[in-house]
Amino acid sequence: MTTARNLPVSWMRNVAWTRNLALVGVLIVLFVVGALIRPDLYSDADWVVNNTLVILQHSAAIGVVTVGMTFVIIGGGIDLSVGALIALAGVWSTTVATQSFGPGGMIFCALAVGIGAGLVNGILVAYGKLVPFIATLAMLVAARGLAAQISGKQTQISGDQFINGLARTRILGVPTLVVILIVVAGLGWVLLNRTTFGRRTVAIGGNAEAARLAGINIRRHTMLLYALSGLCCGIAAVMLTSLATSSQAAAAELYELDAIAAAIIGGTLLSGGRGTIVGSMIGVVVFSTITNLFAIANLPTEVQNMVKGGIIVVAVLVQQLQFRLKKRT
Amino acid sequence: MATRRNMLLGGAVLSAMAVAGCTSNETPTNTPQVKDGDGNNPNVQPGKTVTIGFSAPAADHGWIAAITNNAKAQAGTFKDVVFKPVEAGKDAAAQRAALEALISQKPDVIVLLPHDGKELNAFGLKAMEAGIPVVNLDRAFPDPLAYRCQIKGDNYGMGVAAGHYIGKAMRAKNIASPIIGEIAGMDELELTQERSAGFKAALATYGFTVANRRAARFTADTGQREAQNLLQALPKMDAVWNHDDDQGIGVLAAVAAANRSEFLMVGGAGSKKAIEDIASDKTVLKATVTYSPSMASSAISLARLIGQSRGMADLVELQVPKEIILASETITKDNAATYVKLGF
Repeated sequence: MTTARNLPVSWMRNVAWTRNLALVGVLIVLFVVGALIRPDLYSDADWVVNNTLVILQHSAAIGVVTVGMTFVIIGGGIDLSVGALIALAGVWSTTVATQSFGPGGMIFCALAVGIGAGLVNGILVAYGKLVPFIATLAMLVAARGLAAQISGKQTQISGDQFINGLARTRILGVPTLVVILIVVAGLGWVLLNRTTFGRRTVAIGGNAEAARLAGINIRRHTMLLYALSGLCCGIAAVMLTSLATSSQAAAAELYELDAIAAAIIGGTLLSGGRGTIVGSMIGVVVFSTITNLFAIANLPTEVQNMVKGGIIVVAVLVQQLQFRLKKRT
Repeated sequence: MATRRNMLLGGAVLSAMAVAGCTSNETPTNTPQVKDGDGNNPNVQPGKTVTIGFSAPAADHGWIAAITNNAKAQAGTFKDVVFKPVEAGKDAAAQRAALEALISQKPDVIVLLPHDGKELNAFGLKAMEAGIPVVNLDRAFPDPLAYRCQIKGDNYGMGVAAGHYIGKAMRAKNIASPIIGEIAGMDELELTQERSAGFKAALATYGFTVANRRAARFTADTGQREAQNLLQALPKMDAVWNHDDDQGIGVLAAVAAANRSEFLMVGGAGSKKAIEDIASDKTVLKATVTYSPSMASSAISLARLIGQSRGMADLVELQVPKEIILASETITKDNAATYVKLGF
């Protein structure tokens, strides 16, 4: 009896790993489903390797955004402007004037626009006392508007071979964009788990008042979290420009929802204080795999969206179940 | 601590100032699609001055941007036209509000590309009842009393044109059972469904079917994503129709990245970039089927004639017809030079 009651406790200690393993299980199930639907493709080892790299490449830009989003959500906030910031940074970095500075200028511009807009979000939330939902929603609308204004509502072609080449080149057999994702996610993991910055983020999201009493400068830290999210948007903008060899004001549509959903199914608590980079990354890969699988099975997009919605609901229900078990023990 | 924060903020401001200088976008602007005066056409002669009110949704897409640019440019070619554009806002309600204000200015004719034909139908009726003829541009009103004239593209015809081009090409190559892909636009729009229906029907006349159909969102990044997945699903393909040339930029990027060239691709709409790609013949894009925003230029010309109670000079009738549906034309390497001036 005692053992049975204690089981959930030990389970809770490893809850993050349990969830991550469950998500890996989902990936395996998706793979098996794919193999059953299209055995002709899945029996070809080269195709499987190539398809896995395609899935990872699809995960690259949204994955980088999700790293930033995970930090913001763990810190008790939310950033609805990420898709719009990618569009703005993408459009700004592919204007004729910016492209004349070469790839360095384009990358600098995208990152600076991302950080700048992220800082504005952060200042509005931290110092302006605006609710994150409202502040970033306002930024979403304004950034899309500014992007449309700058681009003259046209699709801007990137003529830069270095930028365009990022999506076509590989490093040690791995697509360059996937390498960028691994580096960003790795740095994010270190920042969250091995630095004071990360511990402060968790502390603020878990209990802001306690964190303030412990001497943490909550306002400055919150501002930096949104700037970090903006930086990730700038990086993602370069990646997306490279993939599409162009930028436009309507790009990265609904990325905010994809990033939030990936973080949530990866175990990040929407109310803040808990979450992992590894979980978020697996969440991103799960969604990319579903998109890929639906294409391979030739199923329509609407069914795909319904399945994604179902997965989010199940993930949140599992979160609540874990909470109830935690309270009971 | 304060110094560090100031440095951070200072750096951000400096960066912002640096990038702010990079918004200049002096691209070689696309030439608007206008019809200049033809000396033998009696309608060239200036007539009564006509005030034309114009409204189209705010553009986040090249096609809509070209619509507004074309309308403005065509109006500029007439000495007897006063052009009054109004912002359409972000949705049908905003457009209705803007148009109400326009009615009070009593223009002679209104040219309108509604956010949604059904939602703006009541406005069309109201304007017509107020004695202001309405020229509906591309998105039809359900009620024929709501407009004097309608000019629109042919979405079903686009699909048919793309289907026939691919069907004939496959026959010419003696491919009995071709593997054909389709990358549609936004699936929730009726126009996308019409395009796909036309494509399917035309292919059926050759006994062909679509092997895999993905739906993108009319943007280059979604075109790239869907194309990359489609290429994975179909390791060997004979042809693909991509509904929209803007999203086609991303589709072509995915094709190039995958080093695939065994198939031919047909585009949709007729953008300048697509026409140039077809002419250069260096990519898989071999043709595009038009859905030209030149219809906005023609709508202004029609509105002028309606305002002046004149008909189309080449026709017998003394008034402008009630409906004009543009044919979807197929642009290939052979006729690209003729069409490049219509690219947007």
